[in-house]
Amino acid sequence: MSTREVRIAPVGDDALLIEADSGAAIAPWAAHARALHDDGALHVTDIVPGARTVLLDGVGGPQARDDLAAEVAAWDPRAEEATGGPLVEIGVTFDGPDLRSVAELWQVPVDAVPGLVCGAELTVAFCGFAPGFAYLTGMGRTVPRLETPRTRVPAGAVGLAGEFAGVYPRESPGGWRIIGTAVDAVLWDATRAEPALLAPGTRVRFVEAGHCA
Amino acid sequence: MSAGADTALEVVRAGALTTVQDLGRLGLAHLGVPRSGAADVDAHLRANALVGNAPGAATLETTATGCALRVRGEAVVAVEGARCRVSVGDVPAPWGAPVRLRAGQVLEVGAAVDGLRSYVAVRGGVNAGVVLGSRSTDLLSGLGPAPLRVGATLAVGSEADGEPAFATMGALRSSVTDGGAVGLSGAAVTEMSVAHHAPAVELPLVLGPRADWFTARALAALDGAEYVVTSESNRVGLRLDGLPLHWARAGELPSEGMVLGAVQVPPSGLPVVFLADHPTTGGYPVVGVVTHEGVARASQAAPGSRVRFAIADSRAL
Repeated sequence: MSTREVRIAPVGDDALLIEADSGAAIAPWAAHARALHDDGALHVTDIVPGARTVLLDGVGGPQARDDLAAEVAAWDPRAEEATGGPLVEIGVTFDGPDLRSVAELWQVPVDAVPGLVCGAELTVAFCGFAPGFAYLTGMGRTVPRLETPRTRVPAGAVGLAGEFAGVYPRESPGGWRIIGTAVDAVLWDATRAEPALLAPGTRVRFVEAGHCA
Repeated sequence: MSAGADTALEVVRAGALTTVQDLGRLGLAHLGVPRSGAADVDAHLRANALVGNAPGAATLETTATGCALRVRGEAVVAVEGARCRVSVGDVPAPWGAPVRLRAGQVLEVGAAVDGLRSYVAVRGGVNAGVVLGSRSTDLLSGLGPAPLRVGATLAVGSEADGEPAFATMGALRSSVTDGGAVGLSGAAVTEMSVAHHAPAVELPLVLGPRADWFTARALAALDGAEYVVTSESNRVGLRLDGLPLHWARAGELPSEGMVLGAVQVPPSGLPVVFLADHPTTGGYPVVGVVTHEGVARASQAAPGSRVRFAIADSRAL
């Protein structure tokens, strides 16, 4: 399946932005760019996926940028390219302070939330906010952010916001609705060869480790 | 000469904020790791070149008030970036030129008189711990070494790959007879300038990628618009006060990758110019991107000073 419908725009002198209409439509482009880069066929400093975009940064100046734009327009990534990432299972204890509000927003019993969360096939769309903080798509249900963010969310907190799920890699302020705690998962370790457990393209499944609602 | 393995720098005065910086952590933005690195990369490179260091050797980046360092062993140092008084003990020393320090001497890097951030290179480089391939302090993420504290000791590494750029006697004489022009031949900075009365610093800007989020009126006004640099500014970004740039549409921009120099405009309309420690993704529209030379200028724009955007050739596709 072809996914050709994107817009390509310059970003300053040294970057390009590829934009699609949805997260699902951009994912193959992000995967394609990363694969080309890993093969030494795409010479950029950074490939930064966003919710509907892929940023190619450090392209080598305006001429290289314009040449690359023409190349990118000829890419023909297949949808399957976005589905081949490694699978990571994360054990979750569903003990979060917002479990009840999420159940109410979803109009389901509290004890139905873990099944819905663990049944979703999630994928890391992009990272941001903090090193190793991954925005997971595929939940299929949305919740609004907290109106007032918490000043302190503990490391390992599993949260939902908008269409995304995520796990806080370390203690920080945060406005996501916290439904549980990741068990035995080190989301971020700068000394590891792969510092982020959840890099873009990684597939994620939450597994219920306990239930204390 | 080679850097002595026993050479170290003891922090006598840390200044308002002095951090270790190199060329940063490129290639990790997709994991949410900011680029970090010297805010004024060109000044960092000049400082390293003066002492014969490799470009990636770590320097010290001061903020507004300089710092003071006592040397253990012998060292060759150079101060670049924001101009400031430099002295060794009580003896004036050149800015923008290599300076030899003997054991026990104190290098005093004075307050910035023109600009904001001075760079102190030591021959061999500052040998702080490497995190993800860089010694840079990232103040957004907390990666890298902590900012300097009084009494801390900084080891000196072995990343010299050339000779220090000491002026020859001839060059030194001509620089003196020319009135001591600053540059590679060095000059002592002896007079304070008043930055607040200086003309606005021009920041060339390439429009996009989200210029279409703004009203035609905002875009027309942006070219030549002057802003005051607020005290909220830091290594993450230059926060500006002045003409608000109004959005032409409601709603939210889905998070997208951010570049160095991006001029992000939150709903308040007051732009933020992203510097070295900028977040890797953001959800506010970027009206334009400041050029490389503009980023260097922005990194030297002190709170209270003024900047002016100038829309540059977009060199559209």
